[in-house]
Amino acid sequence: MNIHEYQAREILESYGVRTLPGKVAETPEEAETIAQELNCPTYVIKAQIHAGGRGKGGGVKLANSPIEVKQHADAILGMQLVTPQTGPEGKLVRKVLIAEAAEIEKEFYLAILLDREISRLTLIGSEEGGINIEEVAAKTPEKIIRAQVHPAFGLTEFQAREFAYKLITDTYYRSVIPNATQLILSLYNAFTECDCSLVEINPLAIVKTDDELDIVALDSKVNLDDNSLWRHSDIADMRDPHEEDPSELEASESDLSYIRLDGDIGCMVNGAGLAMATMDIIKQNGGEPANFLDVGGGASVEAVAHAFRLILADENVKTVLVNIFGGIMKCDTIANGIVEAAKQVELNVPLVVRLEGTNVELGKQIIAESDLDVQQAEGLSEAAQLAVEAANPA
Amino acid sequence: MSILVNKNTKVIVQGITGRSGRFHTEQCAAYGTQIVAGAVPGRGGSDVNGIPVYDTVADGVAATGADTSLVFVPARFNAADSIMEAAEAGVELIVCISEHIPVLDMVKAKAFLQGKSTRLIGPNCPGVITPGECKIGVMPEFAYTPGNVGIVSRSGTLTYEAAYQLKRLGIGQSTCVGIGGDPVIGTNFVDVLELFEADDDTHAVVLIGEIGGTAEEKAAQFVKHEMTKPVVGFIAGQTAPPGKRMGHAGAIISGGQGTAADKIRALNDAGIAVAGSLATIGETVSEVLT
Repeated sequence: MNIHEYQAREILESYGVRTLPGKVAETPEEAETIAQELNCPTYVIKAQIHAGGRGKGGGVKLANSPIEVKQHADAILGMQLVTPQTGPEGKLVRKVLIAEAAEIEKEFYLAILLDREISRLTLIGSEEGGINIEEVAAKTPEKIIRAQVHPAFGLTEFQAREFAYKLITDTYYRSVIPNATQLILSLYNAFTECDCSLVEINPLAIVKTDDELDIVALDSKVNLDDNSLWRHSDIADMRDPHEEDPSELEASESDLSYIRLDGDIGCMVNGAGLAMATMDIIKQNGGEPANFLDVGGGASVEAVAHAFRLILADENVKTVLVNIFGGIMKCDTIANGIVEAAKQVELNVPLVVRLEGTNVELGKQIIAESDLDVQQAEGLSEAAQLAVEAANPA
Repeated sequence: MSILVNKNTKVIVQGITGRSGRFHTEQCAAYGTQIVAGAVPGRGGSDVNGIPVYDTVADGVAATGADTSLVFVPARFNAADSIMEAAEAGVELIVCISEHIPVLDMVKAKAFLQGKSTRLIGPNCPGVITPGECKIGVMPEFAYTPGNVGIVSRSGTLTYEAAYQLKRLGIGQSTCVGIGGDPVIGTNFVDVLELFEADDDTHAVVLIGEIGGTAEEKAAQFVKHEMTKPVVGFIAGQTAPPGKRMGHAGAIISGGQGTAADKIRALNDAGIAVAGSLATIGETVSEVLT
């Protein structure tokens, strides 16, 4: 699950990660009031959407007075912000973060993530802050610092300190090492206690306030492990439904795995791998999949019917391909689900069904004996071809 | 011969009293698998269809000599802890079917296994089958038939699909291993390829991968430098959009990495015959074997 920057800030602050003072606003007036309370020489106004590259699209502005903060907030709130990560349609900005802007001495990159190759959490840092870390990793891998964490011992203080020294090499900044060490430890605690899948501070900045150097998180991103949300109800509540595709949200609430795509052939498949491969074979036969949908292992007749409604809710869908290889889920369950769903939904598109597996004959019989407008396919290629033909009638 | 499991394997089922634990235990036993015990805290002394249930895995292993554990414990009942319990009880192999285990729980469980001789398959996998001898998992047995092709896959249903295509072409399987779709798994492609390479009864291997991570690229390197047996590959997710988790927690293209195109290229570079489509996995194996 993704959350907003201001929410990530709240979580990290609660674990002791230092930031510059700031608050979130939903109206220009609120933004002005926050600025008045912050009462500082310079402010930053940042659009809160689930996408990076906000500055490039005009979603991040600096201001020198509360009035100016209000003006920028007025312009940003309600805008359809387009960034390299939003797609051409952009995303509607509903909230802005107003924060103190400080004099930045130096920027760094700091993140904690899972290194899948070693199955351990890994700290990643770079002296090249505020940038695209993937680019740095690809072009100048020597500029990336890493540290692995043993899960039984956690991140130790000496590891955090060593990491801080490696990250901040310029002796001019040595006074911030203790604070940097503490920040790294706090970040790790936040990661493990909240079951994050990624925490990223970009930039992590050495700032100067009242002639004192300090190190603070200027922008933070936190992603949560979906499999752990049940044990973090406070964090689960941070989900912003506006940022998610309504169908995908609905699917996740009923434990279905659904991702909307641009094509016109709806897919209902059991198993993530088979669902992906079904999308691929549709494409190979000249069609375009409208979605990824894994009905999962123990899905009931109700869940299958629900899955069916999700697919049919997409107006682009001209035909639906059901591809089931019954293992955990039996073909007759699927067949009953299809028939049940057809009763509930106004089925107005042709249906192609390919069943294989446990109780396959029973499943085929249930489908055949129903009143559905359905073509049953024997193999995968035939199923894909029939679906493509159904979506593109001659 | 085969790898990992055979007719002598003795299985203890963790979570045997749950709905899917009970159902699949019956199926495995009907296939001929020696299910010797179940383990469910608080249910010690009872039985499930005649299979004795113990409170702890250690008790079950001590009483029955089980050498393999099959885990159905749901994620919310701390499935990762069940893995650690089985390892501590000294079983040689753990097959964990449970899905949705929190990643950090698995990071811990995997560290717990380090230095122990216990091998973990999964989690979030269909299990392991040596056709005709032993099924430890949830796969539909009709899809398999004994023979000499090994299958290793991150996806359950794609494994059934591939095995069934082979069966219809008259090609049987030595052992089929579903390694699971999570980002942290016990046994990876390379581990299984190593076992297949050493197994006299495996003459060729089918490797079924998907987007996300670098396991397929690692496997390609291993095949190129260490394997003498022919390998057929298939990668799912050529049409998957970046940044989206495609059902499996591990199936995500992030930061431009883990794309199907990259993986197919890596497999091709290693001399692996890559099936162009889901429908042609069987045919491709058939071509490689002749």
